[in-house]
Amino acid sequence: MNNKLTGSVVVIGGGISGMLSALDLANSGYYVYLVEKGPSIGGVMAQLDKTFPTNDCAM
Amino acid sequence: MDVNLCVGCGACAEKCPGKFDDGYNANLKQRTAIYVEYPQAVPLKYAINPKVCLKLTKDKCGLCEEICPAKAIDYTQKEERITLDAGSIIFSPGFKPFDPSRFDNYQYTNFANVVTSMEFERILSATGPTMGHVVTFPKLPLNPKKKQDKLLVEKRKDPKKIAWFQCVGSRDINKCDNAYCSSVCCMYAVKEAMIAKEHAGGDLDCSIFFMDMRTPGKEFEKYYENAKEKHGIKFIRSRVHSVTEDAETHDLNIRYVDEKGGIIDDTFDMIVLSVGLEISKETRELAGKLGIELTPSGFCKTSSFEPVTSSRDGIYVSGVFNSPKDIPESVLDANAAASAAGDALSAARNTLTKAVEKIPEINVVGDRPKIGVFICDCGSNIKGVVDCAGVTEYARSLPYVEFADEAMYACSQDAQNKMVEYIKEKNLNRIVVAACTPKTHEPLFQETLTNAGLNKYLFEMTNIRNHNSWVHKNNPDIATQKAKDLVRMAVAKAALSEPLKEEKINVNDTVMVIGGGLAGMTAAKSLASQGYKTHLIEKKDKLGGEAHKLYKTAQGEDVQTHLDQLIREIETNENITVHCNTTLEAVDGFVGNFKSTLKTKDTAFELDYGIAVLATGAKALVPVEYEYGKDPRIITSLDLDKRFKEKDAGLAKLNSAVFIQCVGSRQPDRPYCSRVCCTHSVDNAIELKKRNPEMDVFILYRDIRTYGERELLYKKARELGVIFIRYDREHKPEVKLLNGKVLIALNDHVLNQPVEIEADLLTLATAIIPRRDERLANFFKVPLNDEGFFVEKHAKLGPAEFATSGVFVCGSGHYPKPVNEAITQGRAAASRALTLLAKKDNLFTSGTIASVDVMKCSQCGVCVAICPYSAPRFATEGRFAGKAEINAVLCKGCGLCVASCRSGAIHLRGFDTNQIFSQIFALGEVV
Repeated sequence: MNNKLTGSVVVIGGGISGMLSALDLANSGYYVYLVEKGPSIGGVMAQLDKTFPTNDCAM
Repeated sequence: MDVNLCVGCGACAEKCPGKFDDGYNANLKQRTAIYVEYPQAVPLKYAINPKVCLKLTKDKCGLCEEICPAKAIDYTQKEERITLDAGSIIFSPGFKPFDPSRFDNYQYTNFANVVTSMEFERILSATGPTMGHVVTFPKLPLNPKKKQDKLLVEKRKDPKKIAWFQCVGSRDINKCDNAYCSSVCCMYAVKEAMIAKEHAGGDLDCSIFFMDMRTPGKEFEKYYENAKEKHGIKFIRSRVHSVTEDAETHDLNIRYVDEKGGIIDDTFDMIVLSVGLEISKETRELAGKLGIELTPSGFCKTSSFEPVTSSRDGIYVSGVFNSPKDIPESVLDANAAASAAGDALSAARNTLTKAVEKIPEINVVGDRPKIGVFICDCGSNIKGVVDCAGVTEYARSLPYVEFADEAMYACSQDAQNKMVEYIKEKNLNRIVVAACTPKTHEPLFQETLTNAGLNKYLFEMTNIRNHNSWVHKNNPDIATQKAKDLVRMAVAKAALSEPLKEEKINVNDTVMVIGGGLAGMTAAKSLASQGYKTHLIEKKDKLGGEAHKLYKTAQGEDVQTHLDQLIREIETNENITVHCNTTLEAVDGFVGNFKSTLKTKDTAFELDYGIAVLATGAKALVPVEYEYGKDPRIITSLDLDKRFKEKDAGLAKLNSAVFIQCVGSRQPDRPYCSRVCCTHSVDNAIELKKRNPEMDVFILYRDIRTYGERELLYKKARELGVIFIRYDREHKPEVKLLNGKVLIALNDHVLNQPVEIEADLLTLATAIIPRRDERLANFFKVPLNDEGFFVEKHAKLGPAEFATSGVFVCGSGHYPKPVNEAITQGRAAASRALTLLAKKDNLFTSGTIASVDVMKCSQCGVCVAICPYSAPRFATEGRFAGKAEINAVLCKGCGLCVASCRSGAIHLRGFDTNQIFSQIFALGEVV
């Protein structure tokens, strides 16, 4: 049955969560399709100025 | 747009006449029809909005096609359907900020100075519409064209008073259907207020109107206290009913009821609505198509024990769609979903990925340097200021330069291919690129060198954009001169560069997990399912940890049933060796090569492993206040769980039960929120009410922190008649044992009257305290914070790993957390560890590391003492015993030892002394 398994994963959404899922999977030996409806990845986090509680730049 | 051709130069957008709202800037400004999301967007490729493009809507214009130097514009592109074959799906569609225009009381659409927190985020940003300058009328353009807007903009000022209204679109079933708490707004409002004050200077008056201040995350409580004490941000516990506007000044008047019941009128220059997180209609529809079950609030339904697994087999979820959450928790979800999706496909791992083809390296040692210099125009970014042709010509005149060329975009695929050709054709053996920053582009150029058969350290990059054309754009002549100086320096250094070797790190793929609680067991199970031998170390006599003491999860699942099942799975897993009654006595080594001594009651044994996961957990505080220990009716939350678990019939017979929150939490000696206790007490109060609806149940609290959908439990408890009475830290409830009674006295916040409650049962919601295991922390060289919790690699982006390579963290040892979050982090740690284990045969040290010239080493030991990574040691054997040697795996190439070596014996490869001096001398040369 294992022969039927496909070693690829579709990740829907290119926000911080989708991007990091994709990276972990790709770095673990899976082929990843990262699907994002907008023209670039990054999601809402890229719109934020700073992040709490360290006040680091979100970008 | 052909994304393979677009080089992201932006020439198209400079001329594009189409305009539409810039969503990235929360629609506060307009962007052209051909656009990139934001300057740092990945991929940096332009896109056309077909709804506003004049060519696509009216078949006019076509300017971008004419201008584009890369011929990337293609107006004929059509929507395509693509079918993908995949073993798993991870669904992380995110959220949409709540739209407050449907609320008439805050007049968001009508009042110019009422903005959403998302808009305010952009206003604060240096790349936002006002470049970080907080001003009133932010929704109008900086220089408006309409007459009416021009008049308004004349009234624009720097605000003196800003208010934040919390829970807009959250915890609200009157005006919208979002009963849940959005989990992030309290913290982001505090942050925005702090940053606004920073931007505006000290005298900006910031007030946050809130119901409960919810700062239950790691380091959040201190942030909140700092905001109050150090930054002077005002926190007002009140829900403002409505806002009116002064017709003349456009200032905003509000009326609210303060905590004492007084009516207060106040005026603000700006109001920020702290909007909640919502799942969009589109996402709900897509979830419907995928066939996954949602909660009534629209979030994905998951169990506490499989927190990233949707109701449909093979579909995993992460991020806000899985429940409202902040960035680090989204990151943990992401890692965990990757782990869950991957574990299901472990048999097919490495079947579809391709290995990179290795190109044999040309030996250039001893050859005369033949340097190739590439000058990048970066479109107009550099060329617009610097005379790039002149710099290229100048480069050709420098010593050892064999070839120099100018490229419009040195980073484009086209330019990279050419570079490979030139290297081969002209036998170049050193490459200099004068372009942007090596931080983003060095790896790309190094890869090109590798592809051409050159060692990647024969590369030197100099930044003539960020450090030159951008900062000297008003002085092109000087900028050109500086570019020449920078190129001359880079060439001087490159001439002395040598090929460097990256040492292979052997990875022992055995894993050691320390701590057999929920988080540790979850991490072990995941790594074992990926085929790795895992040793699970538990100091007690059985697995399960603190979870043995819990009755139910916040979602009502029975903890013991699931726990027993997980323990059975662990104990029967062939890849997991469980070591109970075992403690860790010593740790030696580094990533991929750890060695430990472990001790049981009667023996000690050694274990070799490559990866360690620290899941040592936390424990409940034993209270020293509220007469605890003096009366059997005064118990802790875990004691109450025990009674529930044992089906204590006496609980139904109680007439009155009281819970006191924050026992030991959120106080000066323990300045953090224990995160789980509010939900725990609310849930247990509901359980008591279920057993006896007539029972009087009181919860004495400071802020109820039922974040996310836990808020629904709080609502349910109130509906069942549980009475919530608030107290503050300075006026804690007083517990007295008098005439055989347990009496609790405090001031009722609603009545503003002292009240006394007699309790048949008093439950103290005790703090969760860390084990503060300094010995373990020292073993792995990982830090503890002031309270004794482990400090992760990065507060936002590395929440399940340590800065020490090969060591990972999960569970309450990191910060107190409920069952589902402990399991998520356990999976997340496994996922991060797996990425390292997967590199087993491809893990290399960096080439730029320190090395010792043993003939010069005087054995003084300064390097050994000064290195923060413990890389230098005294050799213990061989011809040079007693001399310093550098462990290539541990060395981070920081250069501290090089600078401090009094004998000049240490060299930093790639940044050797002669290279640095040659650069300095080159700078001083008269051109």
